[in-house]
Amino acid sequence: MSPTVFAPWNNPEEKPLIRFENVTKKFGEFVAIDDLSLDIYAQEFFALLGPSGCGKTTMMRMLAGFETPTTGRIELAGQDIAQVPPNKRAVNMMFQSYALFPHLSIWDNIAFGLRRDKMPKDAIEARVAEMLKLTRLEKFARRKPHQISGGQRQRVALARSLAKAPKLLLLDEPLGALDKKLRQDTQFELMDIQESTGTTFVIVTHDQEEAMTVASRVAVMDEGRIIQVATPAEIYEAPNSVYVADFIGDVNIIEARTKAVGAEQYHLDWADGQAPLTATSALPFSEGQQAHLAIRPEKIRITTERPEDAPNALQGKVLDIAYLGNLSTYHVELPGGQVIKAQTANTRRIARRDITWEDPVWISWSATAGVLLAQ
Amino acid sequence: MKRMTWFNVTSLTLGFAFLYLPMIILVIYSFNASKLVTVWAGFSTRWYGELLQNEAFLNAAWVTIKVAVISSSIATVLGTMAAYVLVRGGRFMGRTLFSGMIYAPLVMPEVITGLSLLLLFIGIGLDRGVLTIVLAHTTFSMCYVSVVVSSRLVSFDRSLEEAALDLGSSPWEAFRLVTLPIIAPAVISGWLLAFTLSLDDLVIASFTAGPSATTLPIKIFSAVRLGVSPEINALSTIMIAIVTVGVITASLVSKHSSLRAQEDARAAERPAT
Amino acid sequence: MNLRRFALIAVPYIWLLALFLIPFIIVFKISLSDTALSIPPYTPTLKDGFAALISQLDFENFTFLASDDLYWKAYLSSLRIALVSTILTLLVGYPIAYGMARAPEEWRATLMMLVILPFWTSFLIRVYAWMGILSNEGLLNQLLMGMGLTSEPLQILNTNTAVYIGIVYTYLPFMILPIYAALDRLDESLNEAAEDLGCSRMQAFWLVTIPLSRNGIVAGSFLVFIPALGEFVIPSLLGGSGTLMIGKVLWEEFFNNRDWPVASAVAVILLLILIIPIILFQRNQQKQAEAEQ
Repeated sequence: MSPTVFAPWNNPEEKPLIRFENVTKKFGEFVAIDDLSLDIYAQEFFALLGPSGCGKTTMMRMLAGFETPTTGRIELAGQDIAQVPPNKRAVNMMFQSYALFPHLSIWDNIAFGLRRDKMPKDAIEARVAEMLKLTRLEKFARRKPHQISGGQRQRVALARSLAKAPKLLLLDEPLGALDKKLRQDTQFELMDIQESTGTTFVIVTHDQEEAMTVASRVAVMDEGRIIQVATPAEIYEAPNSVYVADFIGDVNIIEARTKAVGAEQYHLDWADGQAPLTATSALPFSEGQQAHLAIRPEKIRITTERPEDAPNALQGKVLDIAYLGNLSTYHVELPGGQVIKAQTANTRRIARRDITWEDPVWISWSATAGVLLAQ
Repeated sequence: MKRMTWFNVTSLTLGFAFLYLPMIILVIYSFNASKLVTVWAGFSTRWYGELLQNEAFLNAAWVTIKVAVISSSIATVLGTMAAYVLVRGGRFMGRTLFSGMIYAPLVMPEVITGLSLLLLFIGIGLDRGVLTIVLAHTTFSMCYVSVVVSSRLVSFDRSLEEAALDLGSSPWEAFRLVTLPIIAPAVISGWLLAFTLSLDDLVIASFTAGPSATTLPIKIFSAVRLGVSPEINALSTIMIAIVTVGVITASLVSKHSSLRAQEDARAAERPAT
Repeated sequence: MNLRRFALIAVPYIWLLALFLIPFIIVFKISLSDTALSIPPYTPTLKDGFAALISQLDFENFTFLASDDLYWKAYLSSLRIALVSTILTLLVGYPIAYGMARAPEEWRATLMMLVILPFWTSFLIRVYAWMGILSNEGLLNQLLMGMGLTSEPLQILNTNTAVYIGIVYTYLPFMILPIYAALDRLDESLNEAAEDLGCSRMQAFWLVTIPLSRNGIVAGSFLVFIPALGEFVIPSLLGGSGTLMIGKVLWEEFFNNRDWPVASAVAVILLLILIIPIILFQRNQQKQAEAEQ
């Protein structure tokens, strides 16, 4: 491996593996995908994230060939694939229901696609053995799908779709049917397999944690449009809209009017009779513009005394405490009635906690803690 | 997203044409003025009039309906009991034989059932008439009833009965107040099935009917053996009409009640005001 | 409570014993008796005493059936007619069931009702409807001659062809319903998965749809084959003098020749032939029930 970071999307020379160009898909009157353009690069682990009905599954089905765009074009390795039927595409899909053939053994399920390619027998056997080893299913080769557990079925579905060594693997909510613990283990397994096979993965999910964990880049979708495409860290730390900030993790949104006070420095008037807040932003805001300050709860400090050095400090009263084990979230009500969430790590035992319900407290954050969003 | 291809549309169209055209043609020709059933000679209801004058047919129809009502009612009681025994009866002596006797009549050729019952009736010296047809029809249709009812009983949540027992009802009360209302639709369709089977039956009735009692199918059969007759066309049309109206009413009623159930469910989700 | 349970079991049990099992035993017994010109027309009867009853029974009727090739031919021809019409019903019924399973959700209840509706209509009338269509002056011949496809009317009524048409027509719902049930349960994504892995539509149909609707096909085929084998009404109304079916032979032995022992022997052998498909059918149903769990 080269020491450089894997980020082909930052390299203008790099050719994308998949290119959506102004793709629109309508079902009757309903617009599922709305003039969408997107590049996905080889060896990426790309996540399409959004609530149900946002169009992410339609995009995947267009890549697999089960739907064709109403307008626009989709390229795979520079070729328009509109006219290529699903069985002729170098794309394989792992179905949400797994779609394992119930009448075939695990072995035959994995060999199914290879047989269609008229591969010689010994080559099929070698490839199936390799896939069984990769997914640790050697012991179950002769069983039927209903004779194995949900987690094993998930791995069979993965092995079957990987067996043909596709250029692109599509995963439709691949972990949706697993319980939480198994899902977390499987996420890492998926990443390992993606890395070791060098296949490009496109995963569809509504679970933001899953997308953040596995993906090299995440596209947040809503109503047939892509709102933001970026690495998980960028999405979290620098969301481009209130929608994205709100969809990924927990966030406090404070509405305010901006006033420039220096280079990339703004004062925010957020409530009558309150001192303005301070925030930085690389994006320019005009005088008096309506803006939203988004701050993650873990970036807000909660103290009993007013902190001396903090540029933003507000007094309030503890309304509620959610104890999550490793973390506690405090809901603090400001005098105007607004509730701000602040999160602290529980590094001490609970008995030593010095803030409790109804306590007057101070919450504070730095000028760079929040992100200033226009919409 | 399922697609209707031209192939599917064609096979459905041809298939349903095959199922319905013969009956539609029969209905149309029942209004034919000509005695020659294959030549169209103008619209007429003459054959309906003649049919209503034909006492033999009317008598046979009366016997048939009597037999069907009695036999299907007894068969429904016996069949429901048998279903309950099969699904909830637990173990008892000769259980295998019992379930064998329930399922065997379903696959038994009618000629054999008819023959065997006739030999029994003659053996014990029972005169053939309405009684023997009722006995015969009850026997085979109770098996159909028990299959219909037991399939409902199998999917029935047993804990409902247990809850009734837990709340202090006797087993009979639990059956009457909890089980029966829930399996009622299956019991009703069992009765309808038994009724139709009895109305329809030619072979078993031919064996078990005597000179004193002739059913409509026997009458129709001996008439059509000689060829197509316009009176039979008229009679068939009446029977087709009754069945069609009955089935459509039944399906509308069940659709209505399922819509009602959906509405109730929706209403239940709304917060109380 | 125990008395009640006993009554609950005993009433249907005794009914079935008296009116199903005992009649059978009587058929079996008479098949071993001799023909006689009396009423009832066989000996020995119960009046002759039990010892005489047992000692006078023999397999004469069965030897008679074996020696007269009318019966052999009737059994074989029944099997052939039942088999051919089962295959024809499958070929007609599968596309209909497939079309139903692929039809839009809101049509399906109506289509189901349309398939079941003929079943509630009198069997006899449905067979009778074809007599007018298939006869020499019937609508089919009028149509064929009108189109100039044939100058002479085709003899269809009173042939085996008419029997095939009759069986396919009357038993079609029995074939469609189990196949439709199997196809309806089929997950659409299985076909998509097959296409995704390189199958054409046609290959996916053969490799996925057909094997997964196999239980429906088998169940439907038995539901047609078993009753068709003992069928009486269809061959006697639509078939001709050349149509040999065992149900018809039994009827004629009994009503026309009044030969009760031979009729009983015919019935016993028909039953023996039916046992095999019935057991196979039971197995299939059981396997399906297990697969659903």
